[in-house]
Amino acid sequence: MTMTNTTGTSRDDLAPSERSGAPVALRHLRRRFATTTALDGFSLDLQPGEFVALLGPSGCGKTTALRVLAGFETPDEGSVWVDGADVTGVPAQRRDMGMVFQSYSLFPNLSAHDNVAFGLRLRKVSGSERRRRANELLELVGLAEHRSKFPHQLSGGQQQRVALARALAIEPRVLLLDEPLSALDAKVRAELRDQIRFLQRRLSITTLFVTHDQEEALSMADRVGVMYQGRAEQIAAPAELYARPETPFVAEFVGITSRVPATRRDDTHVELLGRVVPVRGHLGVSSPELEALLRPEDLTVRLAVDGPAVIVNRSFLGSTTRLEVALGSSIVKVDVAHRTSEDLPHLARVDLEVVAPDVLVSARR
Amino acid sequence: MVTVLDTGGVAVSASQRRWRARISRGLILWIFGFYVLAPLYAGARFALQNDNGNFSFHSVAVIPAQAGFSDAFWYSTRLALVTVIGVLVLVVPTIIYAHLRAPGVRPALEVISLLPIVFPPIVLILGFMHTAPTWLLIWPYHLAILYVVISLPFVYRSLDAGLLALDLSTLVEAGRSLGARVTTIVWRVILPNLTSALVSSVALVVALVYSEYTMASFQVTPTLPVWIAQFSMSDGHITTAAAMLSLVGAWVLLAVVLVADLGRLQWRQRRARA
Repeated sequence: MTMTNTTGTSRDDLAPSERSGAPVALRHLRRRFATTTALDGFSLDLQPGEFVALLGPSGCGKTTALRVLAGFETPDEGSVWVDGADVTGVPAQRRDMGMVFQSYSLFPNLSAHDNVAFGLRLRKVSGSERRRRANELLELVGLAEHRSKFPHQLSGGQQQRVALARALAIEPRVLLLDEPLSALDAKVRAELRDQIRFLQRRLSITTLFVTHDQEEALSMADRVGVMYQGRAEQIAAPAELYARPETPFVAEFVGITSRVPATRRDDTHVELLGRVVPVRGHLGVSSPELEALLRPEDLTVRLAVDGPAVIVNRSFLGSTTRLEVALGSSIVKVDVAHRTSEDLPHLARVDLEVVAPDVLVSARR
Repeated sequence: MVTVLDTGGVAVSASQRRWRARISRGLILWIFGFYVLAPLYAGARFALQNDNGNFSFHSVAVIPAQAGFSDAFWYSTRLALVTVIGVLVLVVPTIIYAHLRAPGVRPALEVISLLPIVFPPIVLILGFMHTAPTWLLIWPYHLAILYVVISLPFVYRSLDAGLLALDLSTLVEAGRSLGARVTTIVWRVILPNLTSALVSSVALVVALVYSEYTMASFQVTPTLPVWIAQFSMSDGHITTAAAMLSLVGAWVLLAVVLVADLGRLQWRQRRARA
């Protein structure tokens, strides 16, 4: 069976990749801007052909890390390694990395074709070969019929696809994506997301993707690095990151988390909603008053006339319904199957039970 | 029909509002057009009308034959060329560097570029003639140095606006990531995107050189405006025709550059389609 991507390009049409991506290592990077520390000992390894997303709030240092790898920023400390070679001092134009920017950054005076062929021209690729490759890549991103158009004649999504084709045309060792979907509307964003992932897998290019959108990061990347204050809080596969966050910041930044009061039992257990539950990882807090960070699916809820909690809000999410349950001064979010939720009306008193095998805890706020 | 109350409480239909909008739009354009075109019309009329009130191109046809016109015209043209080269060589790299690498100095550059407006031309020329070394004063195009200075406010502003319309740093980074050096990016990407800003700068500089009188009047070799001023004593019609002709020449130059640029873009598009 022939598989087709979002723009109609048949996967069978694509030539197999001739080379795979290069391994990349960022080692103990530090970068300060005046009084702000953008990177504070940040390290990251990318395997050949791996797709890693850097996720974090504004100012966490993710774009600086990408720019250091691209060669647009020089780190104050630390080193950048590509394919086993230290490239820390190598200028950007000699790093052989393709980059796609948030603002498209197509050259306004060049047609879509000439934009894609720009890097090939600099590499002294012959005219006929240049045209062949540029046309092939434009076809790959579904824009063959728009090749003679100038950037201002293309929509945002089309411009970004040309930018992607331009970055891929030079057969880069590493592909860098700096929030490439942020300026697009939701439908185009979803299409381009699939297309980027499809091409990255097909061409097996080592890719670093920077975004503040966790849905993008979790759905596209092989691994996601969550950054906070210039450091990587956790780097893990999306499922692991969601299911087993290692820090309160990761738990609260990725997915939905509720804080539920808990009491320290010993170094490895807490008492939570009347049950003794193992603590995930190391309990690094000495205070006896703690809070457990729970996902909506870590809890179950059942009707109880004298229960300690009250359902204060219900949101229909399709196959599940999200309940907001008031427990003392906390609001706890719990997901229940939609059919079950019909028995749990608004303002009903309920009992909460922890079903997670272990929980992440932090000091009480 | 949709009827609404205007601010005075009087009922106004949609078609009446459209009609009013059309009238105000037309009025604004007429006032602007009149303000710009009336002096040109007056000049052209004076140049082409003889003392009997008849129209003819006689005043234009006899210009090249007038004593000193040819020398003055070509001298001004060469001065304009030297000034254009000088101001572009000075301003283009400076302003691109400031936008790219030192955005903090842009406000200072803006103020510096405005300073020539503050100094009267007479002060500039006297200061220059008393302080410049002799080897510079005997250079026939030394006036171009001062013209570069007084054209700075126009050229700087025009190029600054052109660069602000581009996402310069991202374009440069995109080019670098594709393997281009900054000079290559400036040549192949930045300058082609500044064409209209450069053309308007050149047009302003040429217009300035063809019209500046105060400083030029201190020169041994008369420039076109000096010749016009001197010759107007004997025949005002011919000198006005000469001034109008230099204006038309500047417009033709502008049109040629713009058409050439448009042709270049269309050629690129045709080539990409092929």
